Amino acid sequence: MAVSYCLSRAATAFTAVLLFSFGSVAASHIEDQAEQFFRSGHTNNWAVLVCTSRFWFNYRHVANTLSVYRSVKRLGIPDSHIVLMLADDMACNPRNPKPATVFSHKNMELNVYGDDVEVDYRSYEVTVENFLRVLTGRIPPSTPRSKRLLSDDRSNILIYMTGHGGNGFLKFQDSEEITNIELADAFEQMWQKRRYNELLFIIDTCQGASMYERFYSPNIMALASSQVGEDSLSHQPDPAIGVHLMDRYTFYVLEFLEEINPASQTNMNDLFQVCPKSLCVSTPGHRTDLFQRDPKNVLITDFFGSVRKVEITTETINLQQDSEIMESSYKEDQMGEELMEPLKYAEQLPVAQIIHQKPKLKDWHPPGGFILGLWALIIMVFFKTYGIKHMKFIF
Amino acid sequence: MAAAMPLALFVLLLPGPGGWCLAEPQRDSLREELVITPLPSGDVAATFQFRTRWDSELQREGVSHYRLFPKALGQLIAKYSLRELHLSFTQGFWRTRYWGPPFLQAPSGAELWVWFQDTVTDVDKSWKELSNVLSGIFCASLNFIDSTNTVTPTASFKPLGLANDTDHYFLRYAVLPREVVCTENLTPWKKLLPCSSKAGLSVLLKADRLFHTSYHSQAVHIRPVCRNARCTSISWELRQTLSVVFDAFITGQGKKDWSLFRMFSRTLTEPCPLASESRVYVDITNYNQDNETLEVNPAPTTTYQDVILGTRKTYAVYDLLDTAMIHNSRNLNIQLKWKRPPENGYIHYQPAQDRLQPHLLEMLIQLPANSVTKVSIQFERALLKWTEYTPDPNHGFYVSPSVLSALVPSMVAAKPVDWEESPLFNSLFPVSDGSNYFVRLYTEPLLVNLPTPDFSMPYNVICLTCTVVAVCYGSFYNLLTRTFHIEEPRTGGLAKRLANFIRRIRGVPPL
Repeated sequence: MAVSYCLSRAATAFTAVLLFSFGSVAASHIEDQAEQFFRSGHTNNWAVLVCTSRFWFNYRHVANTLSVYRSVKRLGIPDSHIVLMLADDMACNPRNPKPATVFSHKNMELNVYGDDVEVDYRSYEVTVENFLRVLTGRIPPSTPRSKRLLSDDRSNILIYMTGHGGNGFLKFQDSEEITNIELADAFEQMWQKRRYNELLFIIDTCQGASMYERFYSPNIMALASSQVGEDSLSHQPDPAIGVHLMDRYTFYVLEFLEEINPASQTNMNDLFQVCPKSLCVSTPGHRTDLFQRDPKNVLITDFFGSVRKVEITTETINLQQDSEIMESSYKEDQMGEELMEPLKYAEQLPVAQIIHQKPKLKDWHPPGGFILGLWALIIMVFFKTYGIKHMKFIF
Repeated sequence: MAAAMPLALFVLLLPGPGGWCLAEPQRDSLREELVITPLPSGDVAATFQFRTRWDSELQREGVSHYRLFPKALGQLIAKYSLRELHLSFTQGFWRTRYWGPPFLQAPSGAELWVWFQDTVTDVDKSWKELSNVLSGIFCASLNFIDSTNTVTPTASFKPLGLANDTDHYFLRYAVLPREVVCTENLTPWKKLLPCSSKAGLSVLLKADRLFHTSYHSQAVHIRPVCRNARCTSISWELRQTLSVVFDAFITGQGKKDWSLFRMFSRTLTEPCPLASESRVYVDITNYNQDNETLEVNPAPTTTYQDVILGTRKTYAVYDLLDTAMIHNSRNLNIQLKWKRPPENGYIHYQPAQDRLQPHLLEMLIQLPANSVTKVSIQFERALLKWTEYTPDPNHGFYVSPSVLSALVPSMVAAKPVDWEESPLFNSLFPVSDGSNYFVRLYTEPLLVNLPTPDFSMPYNVICLTCTVVAVCYGSFYNLLTRTFHIEEPRTGGLAKRLANFIRRIRGVPPL
């Protein structure tokens, strides 16, 4: 009896201990799960950077886009995952006193154009149609890979747009506009086609907040440089170049991003505070209601940096020496040579041949429907007027 | 037995040296060269050429091993059955009059011409797809090439490589004059090079210097060539060329001394280890005459002479693969210095200031014999205020004639004369030295017809405006502010009128 009692005591103690350990394990599981829920689930990063303004005096819009390009490349997104659209060429513009450079700070401190830049859509290719095609993926089959946004449902995409805008629209190259409704619909198409996991939309134009008012797809966070009714102002002119170099909002965003490195833990709340009204003169706005996570848990590098899968290996590979290959093929050449007759180059200007060549006969195409119809009408009218008895004289 | 079998297997598996795994060893080689040509106008032209020759057959299917030949272009040749491809991007224009004939000129903008092989069935479709792929590779808007800007030349643009028959049906040519060349086109071009701006001549390719030029042209040429002098087999040749012309005034600050560092802001440090030849040629023809000498520093070890473009030229050769060259100094900076005798010209120029002083240009020049010298100056007339016009502005504005004061060598030596003895017509100008005489000549004055404003317009405008104001505004003003009274007809004689007059004075209502 006492033994069974002891046993039962031990058993209960044992089960209590087990339950306790299970409980703690379960608690840590739940914590892990909770952490996982707040961490972003993306596996790759893309960036679409668009400058929509043409002409030399809009230098600052190109400099804005290139400074975001530079930050995004520095933080790890490769060129193959960036679609850069610049509506005009400022670096090699005849009016640029320092060719092949685009500066963001006056006194030419920082050349954001750099030496390793890949512009995917340039000059006349930056149109509303091409932009929407890139976003939705509906591009003609012959488009090269560098001009496509090949995102999937685990991609975090950063979309940055700058240029001249108004209440509800953004102007492309002084000839067309994109409205906030079109943009919202394009994002909805992207959501329906599962082309993004999370999307960060930044716009630096006048009345920029109107562009994100109409979004209705989930997982979109938006930032704008000014509210409806306000203008976004430019930062500082450079007397040597003669134009304003950057817009204020993007200038301060660039300064903020220069402090970030790929391992930073800075979150979106800091980005929201970037340009207060005292520095920017306009009031930057943001919209997070469509976004599922709390902005304070979203890292800057979730959008501006890149997730890379790296496998470290310690085995060594020996490469073969080239000279062996070259010697062996030398011998092969000498052996097989005497078989063929010598080939020759074409004559660049064979005058005699050109003078006597006949012009190529164009392929004969049968007459089209219009011509046939016209002749049928003429013949019908003729026979109606003059009677069918004339037919035997014609045919 | 069991131990012997694995041993046998082991022996079997050991590969011999030099590749049983390579089915067909394909050799490719790289040659790079830079030609520096001082131009007659004081500028310097630099032409880079990188040639990768790939000894393999014309048909490209099934090849997957690329060594020096870039994979991007090799796959293009295979997929679109290309025979030749020539693509160039140019900014500027080669001024043959000032710079002499070019090695290879290209039109401003982008030019693409391609010969397809005769196995291609739909040439237009391949052409369209090819231009799209190239626009992705070179970051250019070549996708705008379509039937509206493509032609099929029937007599020119014969293939530059090996060809047995040339049916022009397989040739397509397009030019996009609006295409801009900038760093984004140079970057993929550089990435096609085997040593890719890390070693050899390609370290000099820095965008911020290459685009600060009067002429910049980069091109890619692919064609089949003879493998050797006997020409029994074919190799693919990829030539990447880049020509730039550095302007003496922009880059050189007016001085004609050039060096690699001044042109490219870099010097050559080591040769490309993958190159079989890496040379720099400097054109030193015609510069050893009495007038001026060109000194090249460091002194070249060898020179090369040949007939190029119709004239005999001499080049100083610097071989980067020659170990002595690089070991002497750790970098190679070729300098060109001009040693000229002191100038015996003189120029004085005083620019004009509006309403203060005119332009003044004085030049002392020595005219070479049997030549024609033209001097021209461009100027602008400032916009005049309306009070500064003459009453007859449509006559035009006069520009004062130019003056030429010359010392002309005389055929017969003159003796100095005594002014009092000789006739008056012989003593206009003093003669110091009998071998030449002084003469002063004038050109015609220039009458320039400038656009004149219409001086009657202020009067017309005032009349019209006043009329409009008077009629419209005046009428409205009257309608709005005038009140109308009904007036009784006047009755009564003079007495009544006088009485009314007195009553009005008193302020009493009239009768």
